[in-house]
Amino acid sequence: MTASILQSPVRPASRRRRVNRSSPAGYVPLILSAAVIVIPLLWMAIGSFKTSDEVVTQRLVLVPSHPSFAAYQTASELVDFPRLFLNSFIVTFVGSLVKIVLAITSAYGLVFVRFPFKRIIFLGILVALMVPSQAALLPNYTFIASLGGVNTYWGIILPGLGTAFGTFLLRQHFLTLPPELLEAAEVDGAGHFTRLTRIVVPVSRPTIATVALVTIVTEWNDYIWPLVITNSQQMMTLPVGLTLLHNTESDPSLYPVMMAGAVLVVLPVLIVFAVLQRQIVAGLTQGAVK
Amino acid sequence: MEATLPESGAVSGAPPRTRVARRTRSRSARDAWVFVACVAPNVALIIAFIYRPLISNIYYSTLDWSLGDRYATRVGFGNYVQFFTGSDAGTILGTTAIFTIATVGGSMIIGLALSLVLNQRLIGRGFARATVFAPYVLSGVGIGLVWTFIFDPTTGALSDILRGLGLSAPNWFGNPHLTLLMVIIVYVWKNLGYCAVIYLAALQAVPGDVLEAASIDGAGAWNRFWRVTLPLISPTTFFLLLTTILSSLQAFDLLYIISPQGYGTNTLMFATYYQAFQASQAGYSAAISTILFAILLIMTVIQMVLIERRVHYR
Repeated sequence: MTASILQSPVRPASRRRRVNRSSPAGYVPLILSAAVIVIPLLWMAIGSFKTSDEVVTQRLVLVPSHPSFAAYQTASELVDFPRLFLNSFIVTFVGSLVKIVLAITSAYGLVFVRFPFKRIIFLGILVALMVPSQAALLPNYTFIASLGGVNTYWGIILPGLGTAFGTFLLRQHFLTLPPELLEAAEVDGAGHFTRLTRIVVPVSRPTIATVALVTIVTEWNDYIWPLVITNSQQMMTLPVGLTLLHNTESDPSLYPVMMAGAVLVVLPVLIVFAVLQRQIVAGLTQGAVK
Repeated sequence: MEATLPESGAVSGAPPRTRVARRTRSRSARDAWVFVACVAPNVALIIAFIYRPLISNIYYSTLDWSLGDRYATRVGFGNYVQFFTGSDAGTILGTTAIFTIATVGGSMIIGLALSLVLNQRLIGRGFARATVFAPYVLSGVGIGLVWTFIFDPTTGALSDILRGLGLSAPNWFGNPHLTLLMVIIVYVWKNLGYCAVIYLAALQAVPGDVLEAASIDGAGAWNRFWRVTLPLISPTTFFLLLTTILSSLQAFDLLYIISPQGYGTNTLMFATYYQAFQASQAGYSAAISTILFAILLIMTVIQMVLIERRVHYR
């Protein structure tokens, strides 16, 4: 952003300038659209610091008069937040780690290892990318339940481990690597494992990071599968546990508590996004298939 | 990084010709094993949890059965007959169509407008781009809760504002059409950043001299947009159309948080969940999800053809 502003006087930008000329009036829609996004998120944060009285009134309370963490305390009394957080963390961490490893090895195999029918196998993976995983809900439930996976970490993690997205993105990247890079290593007698861990992975770090970020965010937000495969509070992930808060209590005075819960589930992703925004946006839009 | 290759010394003693010959013979067999080790786990998982369920669903859809029951009755096409002859076909397909068309249209049109705003050389547009994209990566549960709070008919901020303006605050949760409208608004709010960012990339790829030429020919901004920019970014429009339709058809978390009983928001996806896990009609749920899958399959085929085209363009 800053770079393009600094560069603009140097570049022969006069042409483009005339096409998208920037007048102060251009800022109105820019600010407006940013505000439409920011205000509801801000409202969530403010709401979580309010007292029940400030929420229940029909008067608009913009800033709580006595901001407090009371809602967060009530929230943790109603639902075991540390436990939900831990569950979400374990599921996200283990799930993402396995998925990333599988994506790297699959993409490596598809690009660098000689094997017949590679194209057909890749096509099978590519099609899976577009098959709605959500329509698989019931059969996956009966399958995992029959294996005893209800209310277990592995039951939450296992069905999502097959990774079409990461494989696809990494394969596309591996194809752009210069073949000489690996040929040299091969002539030196380096085996596949060495080539993968010493050459392919190190030079692909940015793409792997992108895949990792997208995977982590998706796992953290994942909802419908953990919702059906857990029914004990002890094993629920954070988004599922929040539903409990919402469904059992429809009392408006509990809104601060719900907002506190919403902050807890949204904030970690928001922080990661704020820091690594460029890579996340690139990962979700490049390849442009979710 | 260290680029030391530990095995490199082992074979270097052999004369070059025999080494190559021996290698190529054993290599293809060894490579096959390496390939299987690399790819098989992932492929097995994909088959087990993505492809197998599609077939199981078709089988389940011929049963009258509820989750947890040991026994099921075969009903053939009974569940489909029930769906298409009862009232569900109208309401569920109708709700799905309205939700999909409104969310896809809404997020694409607003996303395009937003991308035009972001495409101007303005200070802070990088920040605005990130801000607009942010809701797309946030948990649907968190977002759903916030908007439930905002839309609350008695205590919500929106109601407070409307009352302040002397208007009456509608009961968003009391009328199925309003509930659907509310869910559509929230869904568009959450997803328009995705469309905006992809459109923005497409706009930035529009060559400046083409626009310049149109400008010299006397085309105003309006004409330049409709006659030059829009046709040039049409591949992006097709691409977005299909991806957003696919994700709208599968939308679940926002719907479930805002309207847990599916009141006014009973789409195919919602019904798939609800019939199996709340209404104890697993066979019926499987039939609905098979119908959903058939629709998605058509979309997917169109999308595959399009992606193939996109690749060829480059």
